[in-house]
Formats: sequence, structure tokens, C-alpha cells
Amino acid sequence: MSGSNAEISRDDVAHLANLARIDLTEDELERLAPQLSVILESVATVAQVAANDIPPMSHAVPLSNVFRPDEVRPSLTPEQALAAAPQVDQQRFAVPRILGEEA
Amino acid sequence: MTTTSADPVTFEDALERYDPVMGMEVHVELNTASKMFCGCSTVFGADPNTQVCPVCLGLPGALPVVNARAIESAIKIGLALNCSIAPWCRFARKNYFYPDMPKNFQTSQYDEPIAYSGWTEIEVDGVSYRIEIERAHMEEDTGKSLHVGGATGRIHGASHSLVDYNRAGIPLIEIVTKPIEGTGAKSPEVARAYVAHLRELVLGLGVSDVRMEQGSMRCDVNLSLRPIGVTTLGTRSETKNVNSLRSVERAVRHEIGRHAAVLDGGNRIVQETRHWHEDTGVTTAGREKSDAEDYRYFPEPDLVPVAPSREWVEALRAQLPEPPSLHRARLQADWAFSDLEMRDVAGAGAMNLVAETVAAGAAPQAAKKWWLSELARYANEHDIAIDDVPMSPEQVAQVQGLLDAGRINDKLARQVFDGVLAGEGTPEEVVARRGLEVVSDDSALGDAVDRAIEANPDVAAKIAAGKHAAAGALIGAVMKEMRGRADAGRVRELILARLG
Repeated sequence: MSGSNAEISRDDVAHLANLARIDLTEDELERLAPQLSVILESVATVAQVAANDIPPMSHAVPLSNVFRPDEVRPSLTPEQALAAAPQVDQQRFAVPRILGEEA
Repeated sequence: MTTTSADPVTFEDALERYDPVMGMEVHVELNTASKMFCGCSTVFGADPNTQVCPVCLGLPGALPVVNARAIESAIKIGLALNCSIAPWCRFARKNYFYPDMPKNFQTSQYDEPIAYSGWTEIEVDGVSYRIEIERAHMEEDTGKSLHVGGATGRIHGASHSLVDYNRAGIPLIEIVTKPIEGTGAKSPEVARAYVAHLRELVLGLGVSDVRMEQGSMRCDVNLSLRPIGVTTLGTRSETKNVNSLRSVERAVRHEIGRHAAVLDGGNRIVQETRHWHEDTGVTTAGREKSDAEDYRYFPEPDLVPVAPSREWVEALRAQLPEPPSLHRARLQADWAFSDLEMRDVAGAGAMNLVAETVAAGAAPQAAKKWWLSELARYANEHDIAIDDVPMSPEQVAQVQGLLDAGRINDKLARQVFDGVLAGEGTPEEVVARRGLEVVSDDSALGDAVDRAIEANPDVAAKIAAGKHAAAGALIGAVMKEMRGRADAGRVRELILARLG
């Protein structure tokens, strides 16, 4: 999906929804495809303004090399860490069995 | 969906028709005190979920900050592999849903690795192989899942999984080779030698424990075959988590035979990940690589770019230890070992152990002897790495010191090794507790010598007649009586003094 080709198909949306684990109905797929196309087109106009002398950037502030020293800081207690877990077993996060990974 | 099994093809058969090409991906867990992006401890073996915080649990609003030492370690590994160090690079999000990564993405690097285009050289049976390094990039480790309900602890048949995030966020360096071609029948050994070499190199840098059995070094083996004479690459399989040197060699050998069988049967190799089974020595199909595997990488917005200055890189380069090949050449000269002796030591994985034993005061030949005999045997019998033998190089040197001082002899030394390995204490303590010290005290020896002469009048007569070589039989008798603890030299003197 390059910036120049802003057309997003229904299948593109279905694929992305699947990757993002979002359950979309047929109606939503149909409705979102043209909406996302419009958004992409709008963003693409920025590319027209940006000439070759303007480098693309991924961050709003031109900073680099923000580091911290390799020092251990206190962690949460296991009780705190697990407080929001839907299910806990043996001081671990219990999650549904994982399918389709390993035989 | 998976390749059907065909008639098995032996490794030797496969190589008559096919040319293997390998690619190695090795993950090295760094030994920083804290995690890659947060201050949680990285100590191995802690209680579950005691080394976690909002950052490594991926809680909303938590912001990562890069560990400076992890960057330094990454640069050092890159430099040791003769890589270029990126003047500017970014982290990227690798998006996927899996419970071992609570953020639903792994912070990694994508098209801007910190180190790239390197090479390293390994040796197999006296032949050098240059391995081209594609890249070494930074990322974070995942949590550990425990699968409950399945009979074997694997995912299959599990009712649910329990996740411990202590490991999530520990810094990893992934080192990826370019395709390794032209290694033919030596491929399994080249793969093993490469991983062993990498292990030694990283250990020398002091940036990781590189303990394969603890998972601080993990290896994925990519392999494809192509008919001999063809230059395009065949379809590859990726065998995951091959976690011992021996397994690397076996997995390559197995995959060569398996690929050949599939290709011979007129089938095609499916590009997939495969799981290595240590116990049975085979791989089984895992996930098929498909279009659905789309990680949607994008630059990590929460971390600013890393732009190591050239001064910083050069300062780190100046700290690098001698490369293993030079180091080895220097050791060989210092120790006066032959090429074969060096190969034996390297093959046993005992180079550093021998070096430390020599540094602790033992003669090189003696250090080599113990590591390649008693201690290698112990490691083998207990199925552990030689580094994990419960005896330190200092202790080995102490045993040799006792020998050199004449306080024990060779036979007794073996008993001292047994005792130290059995956890009975230091060499001195074992000698004291087991009463292993050589007896050279004349009054204690004299009685035994007298009894030996009395019991063997024929031998005594020969010695008295000038046949000093016959003394060996009497020395043996004294040794037997004193359960090996007599000072043989002194016993001989006493015998000759009485009969000579």
C-alpha cells in the first residue's frame, strides 16, 4: 500500500482487520473501504507538498540517543502485576490455549 | 499442507545429487543487569512475574527508554563480526498477537539494523570457511509460556497457557548470516562450528552468558537444497530453537536427508517453520509461512533514533578483545601445542578452560590433559557442557600443584578429581578427608619395604645381584600395601639402600 496508490479495496480492509484481530461485518467492510481511501488520499496530498529537500521523519522532535544507564529499578510486586489479569494460576497470567502454532 | 514423507534418503546419497545452502539466525541474550527498555532485573530463574513493570507488561501509557549498555553490547558484537555500524538507525514495531508479548508487538529493528555487512571466519578440519554476516539487530525477548493440560508440556493438547513475563524485554541481538554456500558434506559441521565460534566470540566480549541450555543463545537453522550445478536457491525450511551445538549439527544433517527425500519424490518443499525434537533427532512441521504473516513493521514512535557517534564506535572498537583466531594463535605459541592438540582442545570446547587453568598456574600440557580426560569424560557421562563441570580451572590447577609438589601422584590425582566432582570440597579438603597424601616418611615406608623384601626373596636376591630393574616388582608390592599412597621414588631409594 504505497502512498501514491490510495485506493483501498474491501479485501484490503478485511485483511487488515484480520491482522488486527478486529471483527468487522460485511456492512462495515463496505463502508470502511472508501473512508480509508479518502484518509489515505488526504495524507497523500502532504507528499505532494514535501519536496525532495524535506526528509521524511518518524518523530516529531529531532532527538536521538536518549539512553538510560543499565541500572536495576524496583519492579511491581507480582500481586500488582497480576491485579488486572482476567485469570491467574501459579503466579502467572492464564490465557486460553494457543491454536495453530505448534503441532 | 505439509510435505508428505517419502522414502528416506541418506545424508551421503543426498549430497551426491544436491548442494545444500544454509542460513543461520542466532539470538544472543545480553547480560545487562536491567532490561532493554526498563529497569527490571534480568536475573535468570526468579519467581514468575517478579521482574515486571508497566513498560515490559505493555500497560497503557508506559514509555520505554533504551538501555545504554545494550547499545554498547550490540555495537561490540557488530564490530567483532566485522560489521559496519549504522550511523543512524531506528527501532521498529513487529506487530503480532501472541500472549508471550503483552504489548501485541515486539520492539525490534527492521530495515535499519545497528550492524550490517560483516563476516567471520571459522575452521573445520583445518579448512577455513568465511561466513558472511547479513546483519545483527537489536530486539527484546518474549515471555515464557507454560502449557497446561497437555501431556508433554507442549502446546498440542493444552487446555490453557500460563505466562511469566520476567524474560519479556530482556535485550536480544539477532545475528543473521547471508546464505552459506559451497559447504557440501561439511555443512552440518560448518553449522556447528559457526555457532560454537559465535559463542566463543560473544563470550570473549563479555556481553552475554551464551548458555545454550538456559536459552541465552538460541539458534534457528535455515536450509535448502538445489540440484548440483544449479545456482538459484531452493525453497528453504526454518528449523526453530535448535539449542545445543550437537543439535545444530544433527538438525542440518536431518534436514538435508528430509529435503532430498521430498525432492526425489517429485514434491516441492513447503516454506515453513519446523520444530526440532532433541530426543528423536527429527523435525516436524510447524507454521506454514504464508501471506497472512504480515508483521506490519513501522518505526517505533516511542523511541528516538540511535545515532552512535564515530568516536563512540571507535572507543568501543578499542575495547574489543583479541579476535578468537588471533587469540588462539597466540595461545598456541604460548603453550607450544601442535595444530592437532589445538584442534582437540577446541573440539572439546575447552579453550577458555585450559587457558584459565594455565593462568592459575598449571603447565599447559597438564591443563590440557585433565580437561580432555577426567573432566571431558565427566561432562560426557553427565550429558552436560564442559563449562558446566562442577570444578573450576583454579581447582584443576590446584590438583596439578599437589602433583607437582609430589604430595599426590597421578593415580591419587584421579581420586582427587572424583572427590571434587562429587562435591566433597576443594582439592586440599578432598586429599585431607580421603587421606590421599603420598607417604614419603621413611619410618612409615621402611616397614612396608621390609615386608616386601621378606615376601619376595627371589626378587630381592636379583636386586642384590645388581639387577636394579627388578626393583619395580617390590615398589609395586609396597604401593599395593599402601593403597597407592607411597612415594614411589623414595620407596625405590629405600629398597636400593637395603639391598644395593
